Amino acid sequence: MIRKVAVPVAALALFVALWELLVWANGWPDYVMASPSDLPQSYARFWGLFLTGAWQTLWRTVAGLALAVLFGLLLGMIMGFSRTARDGLYPLLVGFNAIPKATLVPVLALLFIGQHDFNTVMMAFLISFFPIAVSVGIGLSTLEPEYRDILRSLGASRFTIFRKIALPKTLPEFFGALKVAVTLAFIGTNLVEIVSPHGRGLGALFLSGQTNSNYPLMFAVLIALAVLGIALYYAVVALEKVFAGWAERPQG
Amino acid sequence: MTDLIAISGVRHAYRTKAGPLPVLDGLELSVPEGRFCAVVGPSGCGKSTLTRLIAGLMKPDQGEVRLEGRRVTSPRRTVGMAFQNPVLLEWRSILDNVILPLEIVAPRMPRAERVARAEELLDMVGLAGFEGKRPSELSGGMRQRASLCRALVHRPSVLIMDEPFGALDNFTREDLWQTMRDLRARERFTCVLITHDLRESVFLGDQVVVLSGRPARTQYVLDVDLPEDRTIDILYDRRAGDMLHLLRDQIRIAQGRDDPPAHTGSDLLPGSAAQGLTTPGAARDAGGPGGAPDGPARKTAPDGATRGAAR
Repeated sequence: MIRKVAVPVAALALFVALWELLVWANGWPDYVMASPSDLPQSYARFWGLFLTGAWQTLWRTVAGLALAVLFGLLLGMIMGFSRTARDGLYPLLVGFNAIPKATLVPVLALLFIGQHDFNTVMMAFLISFFPIAVSVGIGLSTLEPEYRDILRSLGASRFTIFRKIALPKTLPEFFGALKVAVTLAFIGTNLVEIVSPHGRGLGALFLSGQTNSNYPLMFAVLIALAVLGIALYYAVVALEKVFAGWAERPQG
Repeated sequence: MTDLIAISGVRHAYRTKAGPLPVLDGLELSVPEGRFCAVVGPSGCGKSTLTRLIAGLMKPDQGEVRLEGRRVTSPRRTVGMAFQNPVLLEWRSILDNVILPLEIVAPRMPRAERVARAEELLDMVGLAGFEGKRPSELSGGMRQRASLCRALVHRPSVLIMDEPFGALDNFTREDLWQTMRDLRARERFTCVLITHDLRESVFLGDQVVVLSGRPARTQYVLDVDLPEDRTIDILYDRRAGDMLHLLRDQIRIAQGRDDPPAHTGSDLLPGSAAQGLTTPGAARDAGGPGGAPDGPARKTAPDGATRGAAR
């Protein structure tokens, strides 16, 4: 238990120390690279903005991710159960996923003019549903036939088989994909926040730091983003422990 | 006594890219109620297809499969299945794995009753005390025991097993044979066992059906004339040894090999030597794709010999 806390904390402290040392040794001014010791004053000065920004970034990321989970699950189920759907949808999905999402920012902005919240949630969703759909689809389509047969031989319906066997069996793959998706959704949210004018959230705070040449603020936002990203990721890990903890094998 | 399972004139072919691939052609099988039928045959001869037909998971192209006098057209709740892979659900405890069929077959049964039934079976197979464990915490043999409990928990009239002991080491396998024998003494069910192991077929079976190579037909039926309460020792008995020799020869015919047997029968220890008596040339293409071709072997096995010795 101590190991579990002490090791990451020590690693973090080491990282901060090296960063401080790097800036100090090179004698960089804060507009080249801010040092960790510059950050507390930024947080102190803009704490209110950090709180509202973090909240905006957080809820839009989670909303986008929730949409991605619903849509990804649905798409994954369709692809998992129907070969035709799989053959038809795969190239479409891969092609869509290959489009750099930054190019979609102006497209979305024009489609839904002024709907900043909606656009941001959409982007978080669009960027993150792909891994969920693919992993659920693969999980379902690779279910060993014997698993289906133990219930099918008793006359169970397709839905019962899905609920009792296919869905729980796919959960580990689903959570694996969700860990990827959560960071992607986070990136999607910030992308819109930074790129679009009059944005909100931490991304907009970063942008204002840039326009006001407040470099320590920019770095402070980056650190805040990292912290938020870590929190989101470990929230997913906690959910995974609850719903798919059985897949974890004892080490040893 | 009526035949609980009656299969007659069954033909079945799978559709493949290269055209239809016939797997069963002229399959006959009848198992009286409460009897144990072991099915052996060369690999890839369609034995697993047979289990799926009996379970109603597939319909034959031709012929009919009857269970309890009624034609099988869809799955029935009176069937239990066990496979080589125990397919236990990793997210459920052993107890909840065993209960699973009851959730489908008897959705209104109170939990306490389900638990009592599952515990009764787990106790019989020697898994008392493991109810709360996860499948991953159990050994292969224990998992297969749990899988047997699950197949029997809803008191099926037919138990269908597709090489359930195939992946276990020899001693564990023999333990499970004895568990199976004890289960049969306590629970009433008719059994079809697909196996590659001739000793297993003789130890457990009341009759052993030899299928020919693909497309499979019933090549030979052996009535196992041994007492009910068998022990492993009986496999080293003269009668069992003779049966094993007979079956081995039948398998060789099924594989499409007409080279003379490499043994003379009497100069070998019965039983222990009955396995693995293949000629050097025969070992070469065992189980390969398209093995057991329609060669001259089929002709040297006169049709008159396809019915069992004791029939």
